[in-house]
Amino acid sequence: MFACLHGTGNLAAVAFDFSPLVEQTAPDTVTCDVAGLDRLFGAAQELAAALARRAVETGVRAAVALAANPDAAICAARGFSGVSIVPQGDEAKFLGRLPVALLRPSAELQETLERWGIRRFQDLAALPPLGIAERLGAEGLQLRELARGEAERKLTPLEEPPRFEEELELEYPVELLEPLEFLLARLLNGLTTRLATRGLATNELRLRLHLETRATHERTLRLPAPSLDGKSFLKLLRLDLAAHPPAAPIERIKLGMNPVKPQAAQGGLFVLAAPEPVKLELTLARIQAIVGEGRAGCPELLDTHRPDAFRLQKPGDRHHCPKAPLLRRVDSAVCPPHLIRMYRPPRMARVTLASGQPSFLAAEGIRGRILERAGPWRTSGDWWTTDPWSRDEWDIALSDGALYRIYCEIRGWFVEGSYD
Amino acid sequence: MGAALLRKQFESLLGGHLGWQAKPATEAVPSGIPEIDLATGGLPRGCLTEIFGAPSSGRASLLVSILAGATARQEFCALVDAEDAFDPLSAAAAGVELPRLLWIRCGHNAAHALRAADLLLQGGGFGVVALDLGDTPVRAARRISLTSWFRLRRAVEHTPTVLIAVERQSNAKTCASLMLELSREQARWSGGMLASARLLGGMRVAVARRKPGLALTAVFESGERMLATNEHR
Repeated sequence: MFACLHGTGNLAAVAFDFSPLVEQTAPDTVTCDVAGLDRLFGAAQELAAALARRAVETGVRAAVALAANPDAAICAARGFSGVSIVPQGDEAKFLGRLPVALLRPSAELQETLERWGIRRFQDLAALPPLGIAERLGAEGLQLRELARGEAERKLTPLEEPPRFEEELELEYPVELLEPLEFLLARLLNGLTTRLATRGLATNELRLRLHLETRATHERTLRLPAPSLDGKSFLKLLRLDLAAHPPAAPIERIKLGMNPVKPQAAQGGLFVLAAPEPVKLELTLARIQAIVGEGRAGCPELLDTHRPDAFRLQKPGDRHHCPKAPLLRRVDSAVCPPHLIRMYRPPRMARVTLASGQPSFLAAEGIRGRILERAGPWRTSGDWWTTDPWSRDEWDIALSDGALYRIYCEIRGWFVEGSYD
Repeated sequence: MGAALLRKQFESLLGGHLGWQAKPATEAVPSGIPEIDLATGGLPRGCLTEIFGAPSSGRASLLVSILAGATARQEFCALVDAEDAFDPLSAAAAGVELPRLLWIRCGHNAAHALRAADLLLQGGGFGVVALDLGDTPVRAARRISLTSWFRLRRAVEHTPTVLIAVERQSNAKTCASLMLELSREQARWSGGMLASARLLGGMRVAVARRKPGLALTAVFESGERMLATNEHR
């Protein structure tokens, strides 16, 4: 028994769900050997319905046909919409009303058949084989066989794309992280071995935990560089699950890996080796477990002049780098720049003015007379948005000996930081 | 007496070579400020360097100068920021390549900063690991035990990493191989009501080497305040 899917979408994936022997007959047609599946599905109608259901589930729009030989199934799938089952022995009758053009004959043969008035399968099937062989040759005979639904051939198998996924159904729900770690280690070991045998590595781990409450807990870990280090993967998963624990005991574990080519890079002879990417990822995960998520990374300036506008991103993650604001660089070889130490959030201050200039400052942990001052430096921006900003900055030397940057905005005075 | 005899025999076997017990010289990297490099010989790799001084004494300027130099040498650096005080904008303007800088924001927790620095050193591969406790209250910084500093010193030993601690006062004591005390001599001011005026013009900073050896002093001037262009939109 053979099944054929004709339509659009990932037809091969649907076929591989039912059979290991799949042929990509044409870009829009896939044929597979479903012999023996009657033990699993029962009647051919049940099998055809299961195929159609699976196609709908995976978003494939296709006509499904089942027949005793592959070509009859292909003709039925191309000729009829929906689900069709070609009865064994009655193929010629079932396919009889289909147009001959469906057999895709050569242009010359098509023209000859048109001139003879042969338009349907049944017309071609009724012609004597000897006469066809004399007038149309081998191609004509093959077309007649196809039209009668009698053509027999072997499928040209399509190699199944390797899927790096492992699943584990647990006998009893797992509640603690430690036993889960043992199970994950087993899955990771199998997957990394399979990747290694194919000379591949992974840059993404997908963990799906089915919980006792019928809910699922999904985590995806993206690595900065392809790797095959199972021990590091296990540590990363452990840290991630410790930071994001599942809400209920786990009944089933599914772990998938994204197969990619391993990365090889030549380091410079006189350049200090950078941290190994997966090791750095692991260190970052450990640090984030201490300081909090999103508090470690490489700073990236945002394309705005709003003060203190930046974001943190993973090291090596430079996918979308927005244009940083134009900076007037100071030549640090000639004159090292002086930096500001930011107070996050800025400290609200009480400022006394004398002749329109700040003369006394009091804020959390800071208090004193203003000995020297310069300003105001007026800045504003984003006035075209719903979140505009505007402020007057002053640099001051306080009687406590430090230099500060303060600013005045609509909400009052603030200390932004100290120069250092 | 026996040890002295054995040593004499061993040295005679070495053909009179007496330097067999001498430690190999530590590699030093430039700080980015020639005056300091002249006075100190650079920052030693595999050692703890302590930079301390009062607020506004130029500690952050020196630190960023070191980071700019390291990132320019294609080294990957880490900044463990105990008080969340780092300003990426002025650091970028000072020449720090931000994609080569890992910034750990510890949210006003010095204990977290110490643990993060330890993890970074254990991970390895960094050119510079800077532990910034510059805004940490003096009392909190003093509470860091000498054992913690010793642990950091041991972690960085025999690695090519330069470990830098920035503080208000020296706390690492014997664990630091190089101690630099910074103090501001004067601030240069400029500006006025004009829109094109600058504010704080720069600082004159004195650096005193407290360790090793005799105290040496250097003076450098930090530059003008960095401003993003086209601020008036």
